[in-house]
Amino acid sequence: MKILVCISNVPDTTTKISFTNNNTAFNGAGVQFVINPFDEWYALVRALELKEAQGGSVTIIHVGAADSEPTIRKGLAIGADDAVRIDAEPNDAFAVAEQIAAYAKDKGFDLILAGKETISYNGSMVGAMLAELMNLPFVSMATKLDVANNVATIEHDIDGGTEVAECALPLVIAANKGMAEARIPNMRGIMAARTKPLLQVPAISTDKLTSISLFELSKGRTDCKFIDASTPEKLIELLHTEAKAI
Amino acid sequence: MSVLIYTEVSKGKVKKSSLEAVNYGSRIAAQLNTTATAVIVGDVDLSDLGKAGAKKVLKLKNDKLARLDSQYLSSAIEQAANAEGATVIIFAHDFTGKEVAPRLATKLKAGIVAGAVDNPVISGDSFTVKKNVFSGKAVATYSLHSAKKIISLLPNSFPVELKDGSAEAVDFAVNLDGINSPLKVKEVKKDTSELNLTDAELVVSAGRGMKGPENWGMIEDLAKSLGAATACSRPVADMDWRPHHEHVGQTGIAIRPDLYIAIGISGAIQHLAGVNGSKTIVVINSDKEAPFFKSADYGIIGDAFEIVPKLTEAVKKFKANQ
Ligand SMILES: Cc1cc2nc3c(=O)[nH]c(=O)nc-3n(C[C@H](O)[C@H](O)[C@H](O)COP(=O)(O)OP(=O)(O)OC[C@H]3O[C@@H](n4cnc5c(N)ncnc54)[C@H](O)[C@@H]3O)c2cc1C
Repeated sequence: MKILVCISNVPDTTTKISFTNNNTAFNGAGVQFVINPFDEWYALVRALELKEAQGGSVTIIHVGAADSEPTIRKGLAIGADDAVRIDAEPNDAFAVAEQIAAYAKDKGFDLILAGKETISYNGSMVGAMLAELMNLPFVSMATKLDVANNVATIEHDIDGGTEVAECALPLVIAANKGMAEARIPNMRGIMAARTKPLLQVPAISTDKLTSISLFELSKGRTDCKFIDASTPEKLIELLHTEAKAI
Repeated sequence: MSVLIYTEVSKGKVKKSSLEAVNYGSRIAAQLNTTATAVIVGDVDLSDLGKAGAKKVLKLKNDKLARLDSQYLSSAIEQAANAEGATVIIFAHDFTGKEVAPRLATKLKAGIVAGAVDNPVISGDSFTVKKNVFSGKAVATYSLHSAKKIISLLPNSFPVELKDGSAEAVDFAVNLDGINSPLKVKEVKKDTSELNLTDAELVVSAGRGMKGPENWGMIEDLAKSLGAATACSRPVADMDWRPHHEHVGQTGIAIRPDLYIAIGISGAIQHLAGVNGSKTIVVINSDKEAPFFKSADYGIIGDAFEIVPKLTEAVKKFKANQ
């Protein structure tokens, strides 16, 4: 089985966010970047488990500039066989999907996995767009994935419950929590990653349908009103009269 | 020209997030001097769609739409959009919205903003919409450059408004002959909880401070007294104290209820990322230094095991006097 896993490069979850250029660009200075958790913990690790059990290969693909290579190497250290970096700024979901589709189209992947969304731009779009560009079925929010005899069985969250679906390969799946447990790369993996193939692919020209014109930090809460533990009914009163929440 | 809104049925009626989307779409239609048309799969009472602002409802008809497969549904909505000459298409940013809206955007080469939190600002050729980014740590203003535009609206961004009004409902036969999705449903497991977490206006959430799954009875009691959904922090779901679909945060689901009550949750940055859009936050924690108090509107310092049952009693008393 030939598996492709899309990975994106995002600020670590604890990052304090700031912006530059009159609040039109994310300030990456001093920020620790990691593989998007949904791509890494769930999509990539499940892909590796399937490969380990059934044979085949796992390729990771990333759209981004050369400075994202440490993130790609981490994916190789966790166990991917090889990597592809398409040399383009990933600043529009549709453009990213077009880049990946252009590369993947004639490579015969049986399974294409992405995370359900990135923790940076929270788009939740690339997987579905990729499926449309490649004319493939798509399942989002997948929490379980198995493959037998060229048929994938996918459990995923739907409105009001979960659905178990079956689909002949190939297809595109967006992974949610539950699909696998996080793996920490070991020393051997880290050493091996240095020499695994990382193919650089030039960008194609793509459409840019959206752009960000301004960033603002979310307004935080400034003061918490404390209620004495002995009078919780006071809280209910405030929630009713002041916050109008109940 | 018109504004098209994809709406959906859940538990025998039009979903709340769909009504929010119709309100939203009809406001945009008014700005563009046009009208709002809803599309829906399923036969239920559609009068709320008219009350929410739709002038017309297209009931999408094709046997293949029995499962809301993204390949079929995106094609069906595309056909409706073309028939209506829709330039703006609205979804709720829910499970179907996430599968289908980006697919439709690709078909139409439409710029899309997934998870919008505010009305778009339209002036001349400029069309901008705000959405949360960096898991709620910031808000970005997106400009859409394409002729057709798609917005999926984050649930609970606006309250539902129903007014006098009615929509003309007509059947709309869609042609899906050229598409054959290999996706088949094997089984659907219904969620036993009555309230859907992303739709819920009130949420009671608890963390590792509850010590073990056997102590969740009081959390459920409080939630029940309020009519709230229950949620939890990540370690609680990881340890299987609670089902994983209750896990909120950066790596769980993001919610923005009117009221979020956090009990025995420390308030780690990754947890806050999923709940900081809540309108009012209450924190109950025995540690006065717990970081969550810095992100709360109301706080009670003390032992949850003593406070929560008292709170439930107070809610019951309050409800009885309403
Ligand atoms: C990459 C990454 C992603 C993550 N994503 C998420 C996510 O999506 N969601 C999430 O929740 N976490 C996430 N985490 C984990 C997060 O960092 C915290 O570890 C987690 O939120 C802590 O959960 P908690 O508050 O329940 O537990 P703890 O941090 O252990 O806090 C328990 C709290 O309970 C209080 N307490 C104890 N006893 C009582 C009592 N009797 N009465 C009242 N209060 C009491 C304590 O004072 C403490 O504040 C993520 C971490 C990483 C590294």
